[in-house]
Amino acid sequence: MITKAIKQGLTLAVVMSFLVGCSSSDNKGTEAPTTGTAPVESTVSEATLSNVVYFDFDQYSLTAESRAVLLAHADKLKGASVAVRLEGHADERGSREYNMALGEKRANAVRDFLVTQGVNGSSLEVVSFGEEQPAATGSDEASWSQNRRVEVKY
Amino acid sequence: MRYIISAFLLVFAISANAQNIVFVTKGVDNPTKIAVVPFGWAGARLPGDIAKIVGNDLEFSGQFEATKPERMLSFPRSEAEVHYRDWKALGAEYLLIGSITQQAGRYYASYELFDVVQQKRVFAKLTVDGTEAQLRDMAHHISDKVYETITGIRGIFSTKLIYVEAFKQPQKYRLMLSDIDGFRPRMLLESRYPVLSPVWSPNGQRVAYVSFEADNKPAIYIQDIATSRRQQMTNFRGLNGAPSWSPDGQKLAMALSKDGNPEIYVMNVLTRQLTRVTNHFAIDHEPSWAADGASLFFTSDRGGKPQIYQVNLATMQQERVTFDGDYNARARVSPDGKSLVMLNKRPGTTHHIAAQDIKSGNLRILSETNLDESPTIAPNGAMLMYATRSGGKGVLAAVSLDARVKILQPPKQGDVREPAWSPFFN
Repeated sequence: MITKAIKQGLTLAVVMSFLVGCSSSDNKGTEAPTTGTAPVESTVSEATLSNVVYFDFDQYSLTAESRAVLLAHADKLKGASVAVRLEGHADERGSREYNMALGEKRANAVRDFLVTQGVNGSSLEVVSFGEEQPAATGSDEASWSQNRRVEVKY
Repeated sequence: MRYIISAFLLVFAISANAQNIVFVTKGVDNPTKIAVVPFGWAGARLPGDIAKIVGNDLEFSGQFEATKPERMLSFPRSEAEVHYRDWKALGAEYLLIGSITQQAGRYYASYELFDVVQQKRVFAKLTVDGTEAQLRDMAHHISDKVYETITGIRGIFSTKLIYVEAFKQPQKYRLMLSDIDGFRPRMLLESRYPVLSPVWSPNGQRVAYVSFEADNKPAIYIQDIATSRRQQMTNFRGLNGAPSWSPDGQKLAMALSKDGNPEIYVMNVLTRQLTRVTNHFAIDHEPSWAADGASLFFTSDRGGKPQIYQVNLATMQQERVTFDGDYNARARVSPDGKSLVMLNKRPGTTHHIAAQDIKSGNLRILSETNLDESPTIAPNGAMLMYATRSGGKGVLAAVSLDARVKILQPPKQGDVREPAWSPFFN
């Protein structure tokens, strides 16, 4: 849990500074600006840009943090002709098939967001693995929170 | 009996014989006590101990307690050798005796049942026969006969189980077929990609399931169990999930997201003609046919949380069915059509298996373990099995529908999950 919070915090800080260099001391509920200036150090940013966004239990709406991460991906993808696979996942709790749908809804939310940011929808492929491929194998909230995710795969 | 044996001959010819002991962790308050005397046999040690298998079967039902052979005072092989006082002294209410003979490569098991309390024979000597590989089938047949004679309920010991066994590092999925006690596991499919949601066809000859084997994306397949011949039924963009056979075996209900969102569809198995059933921006998933084939139960989060809904296939009228709990999903209908068994969670608790009376809406929690899922009901409606976790592994558990019996199968190599209980085979 703590590890994940730190990781997400760091990722967010990197993404935000990369976008507009805004003060990132308060990252709660902050909407990342959509009119970012061009990145200064794109190589560093790309290396540290998270390819994973996380979700709350039984939810498929994007968090503010997720939107910030995805904005950076949208910038990378706009006008590029690169195919991207959006892989949706769920934690192990609940019905296995329902979790397939949850994973797909999550991946669809990411796709829809990227499309509204100008990414060509036909370059985005959505697939859900439900709870079949957990990132962490424990049966506790720390693991579950890492498993409710969408992976952006280039 | 002959019919069943021939249907499964091919199946068991190549089966491994893993020792998978079932143990009862909690029985009914007052199980019927039965003594199953080791069957008479003059030859060398047989690969299957019929009396032991019958005793285990009857205990598996949760309704019986078998007397241990070590406690027995005599080992009668015929009615003349039965002394009722020996069995009364042990508290046995019923006594099963039998003997095995061999002729031209076939085994013949004869058996007789006695009522110890009334001191009379319940049924005259019956005989069942088979090859050496069918000794377990013969034992399960005897269990069915004894169970039905005493309880009045048809026995399920000759039915089968299909389940998914998953392995990590390297990731591997197997679709497995076994006896309901877990013995004689046989692999139906192995894949590096996810396999899930197996369901039996109503005639017990085919299984439908979801496999990610093609391009690491989900598709629905139908496989003939005896021949292993397969057909890929769907190849749509997005979700292809949760197949469910109609009671007449001619249609498959399923969830597809080809139109952008998980919705319920019905496919004609022969023509593959597809009919869309739901149209809602929420998740509609996990269809399951009502016993009369006129409606489908399904999971939807259109009310904010997953709940079970019912759609009438003639009018397409839809209504919510579950109201107890903040999570109800993956319903299965009992063979008599009167109950739903599903995954239920109440606020602040974990997921459990629950049964709901369809008419009254009354819901009962059936399982006490953690991370319970995938309930499947025995064709006689008296038991159900589900997947849970024990010692960090996926295992199967069984429970009687009166919620008094809990039986766990200890872990095999991988994580065992998604049990599907077969129908009766004849």
